[in-house]
Amino acid sequence: MKLKTTLMATGATLVAAAAFAQDNMADSMTVVSWGGAYQNSQVKAYIEPYVANNPGLNVITDESSAEAVTKLRAMSEAGNITWDLVDVTAADGLRLCDEGLAMEIDPDEILADAPDGTPASEDFGNTLVGDCFIPQIVFSTTFGYRTDLLAEAPTEICDVFDTETFPGKRALERRPIGNMEWALICDGVAIEDVYDTLETQEGVDQALAKLGTIKDDVIWWSAGAETPQLLADGEVVMGSTYNGRLFSAIVEQDQPIGMLWDWQMFDLDGWIIPAGLPEDRLARVMDFVKFATDTQRLADQAAYISYGPARASSAPLVGQHAELGVDMAPHMPTDPANAINTFLFNFEWWASYRDDLDAQFQAFLLQ
Amino acid sequence: MPEIPTGYDMSDATLDGPVLSADGKPLKQSLNNALRKQKLRALVLIAPLLIFVLVSFVAPIGSMLMRSVQNTAGVEYVPDLLPNVVVAIQDWDPSTRETPPEAVYRAMAIDMATAFENKNHTQLGRRFNYEVPGISSLFRSAGRPVSRWDIATDGPFKEKFLDLNDGWGDVEYWAAIKANSGYYTSSYFLAAFDAQRGIDGITMKEPDQRIYQKLMVRTLGLSLLITFCTLALGYPVAWLLADLPLRTSNLLLILVLLPFWTSLLVRTSAWKILLQDQGVINDFWIALGFTERMTLINNQLGVVIAMTHILLPFMILPLYSVMKTIPPSYLRAAKSLGASNWTAFWRVYFPQTTAGIGAGALLVFILAVGYFITPELVGGADGTFISNRIYFQFAVSGNWGLAAALGTLMLLVVLILYFVYDKLVGVDNVKLG
Repeated sequence: MKLKTTLMATGATLVAAAAFAQDNMADSMTVVSWGGAYQNSQVKAYIEPYVANNPGLNVITDESSAEAVTKLRAMSEAGNITWDLVDVTAADGLRLCDEGLAMEIDPDEILADAPDGTPASEDFGNTLVGDCFIPQIVFSTTFGYRTDLLAEAPTEICDVFDTETFPGKRALERRPIGNMEWALICDGVAIEDVYDTLETQEGVDQALAKLGTIKDDVIWWSAGAETPQLLADGEVVMGSTYNGRLFSAIVEQDQPIGMLWDWQMFDLDGWIIPAGLPEDRLARVMDFVKFATDTQRLADQAAYISYGPARASSAPLVGQHAELGVDMAPHMPTDPANAINTFLFNFEWWASYRDDLDAQFQAFLLQ
Repeated sequence: MPEIPTGYDMSDATLDGPVLSADGKPLKQSLNNALRKQKLRALVLIAPLLIFVLVSFVAPIGSMLMRSVQNTAGVEYVPDLLPNVVVAIQDWDPSTRETPPEAVYRAMAIDMATAFENKNHTQLGRRFNYEVPGISSLFRSAGRPVSRWDIATDGPFKEKFLDLNDGWGDVEYWAAIKANSGYYTSSYFLAAFDAQRGIDGITMKEPDQRIYQKLMVRTLGLSLLITFCTLALGYPVAWLLADLPLRTSNLLLILVLLPFWTSLLVRTSAWKILLQDQGVINDFWIALGFTERMTLINNQLGVVIAMTHILLPFMILPLYSVMKTIPPSYLRAAKSLGASNWTAFWRVYFPQTTAGIGAGALLVFILAVGYFITPELVGGADGTFISNRIYFQFAVSGNWGLAAALGTLMLLVVLILYFVYDKLVGVDNVKLG
């Protein structure tokens, strides 16, 4: 009897606390992401279950992540922040944090612990970049190749630069990031020396000269969807893009494309909360973020898209694709078999040198 | 209004003195009143448009263009963020190639601590990083430690800064700070002209690094070529449309308008499918017995083909509306007077269509110069326009100052071309219908 009363009392307190929390939270929330299959995976894994728990909540989705920095800057200048939660790459997150446009967070305070009690800061580990970024996924920029158009399958990144053994066009992104690193690695520079080398003019010239050896065989892309299309059309025999795009082409569309994971470039994607939100909206967003970045939710997202969860504790929970039933683990960039040679996109370094290298890269393209 | 004859040569005495209207007021005054009322009414009628244009067009563009000379870091001006540094650094001469005196470092310590408190120090780093790459990480990493220093007791600060990072002893970095310590800066325009400011003054960049000059020339050159192509293809079509009976010409006009109503992206993507190496045209080419596939896309040729098609209606429609007004009897009269087909066309018909050519060419050229998405998608490495770089600076790099400077230059170039065009052809002669 006594136990029952205690339980009931606790229950009543919990319900009251929940109701109180509900009162303090806005009943509408604008979530900004990238659109397409990626945003869909977020809707399925985070937003739909959250709305099921919080009936009456109106979630507005926006697809403006590509222009997030510019738009948040304009919103901040106008003094009217209309977004509650924004999905950005780590580099953009770092920049928004630098500019004071994103709210600083304490991961252990606002994010859920792992099921075994590991604090969030430890569970997320080195994916926590800067003071504002709340990581979700690890994705990589890597290469796919046509299995039927090449006499032998490329096995290492430097095969991209070998047009004799692997004739045909290649698709590379029209920006220096990634390409410069790969060029130097294939020109004999050790991975740990790559960024030091790129800080010197000789290093930049060396990387551009290496890219120059295949320049006539390159189609430069600017949208991630271009490479899968170019591969499917047979326009190129190999090309770089985000690994999730290649997964769709291979598994969902059954294209004759193979993955070349060697020296894939890891990148992170996650949330930032815009600085200066009113209290009720902030309370709502904090509640959502805690839910959406817990171990199970991040693992759930991997059932819809082949990007690795940013939490270590989510990895063992990654199961099968929600519709196709294939095992997702081998398609994850973080899978041990795929992650033999990798490097992490050096956000801070590129934040300092991007403008300069981009100008030189454009000049190289114009020659 | 003809001038009213005055005084001494008047024969009629009643006209001496001001002419009065029916209500007794001087005629000139009552006419002015009537005109003013009319003008006011006209102004009220166009007021919504005028206000709309001012608020949504002139003001934002004006403020955007101003950014090309404002020396801001984020929303604040640089001298407001570094009040002590800009004063202290005036006495330092970069050309000595010696690091600034202790007073400058001390001033930086004071300003950095304040900027860190207001979360502005990284903005400053980003601002100066536009001038010398690498400086932004100095500012980012220095903010927190410097904010812990005690200005009164912790000096000298030069060594403390150098302990943080050797970069604080780099004369080039300090020279960039000194050169950009005012409220206004010429740095963005220098960059837009492919020039740079070093310790020893302003120099041009290496010829192979001058991207904006190259892009500007290419943008103007390709736009001219595209204008010419649309004219060459559009003129006969417009003539045919103007010449046919109304029912047939309306039907054909729909064929011109149909692509005009189709999304720009769809048309651009369609050209990709047609022109690519494994595309429809190349497959046909191989079927004809040729062995080499042609490279038709991801280069300048692809841009010219796609943009000529996309902009063609802007040439055909003004031409058509002008040609429609030329009576066919003129050509028949010329021929009956013995002119050959060519003479009749060249000396009678063509001169009457120049107004339409002028309108079409101006429209197509100005649209082409600002084109963005088609060069981005089919331009490859050597077919991009200056607008693609403006977009990059604005949206990707976040260097709004340089984007504004490039935009201002582009606007000036187009205005100059418009002026030249006005002198050569006469804008008054341009007819849209």
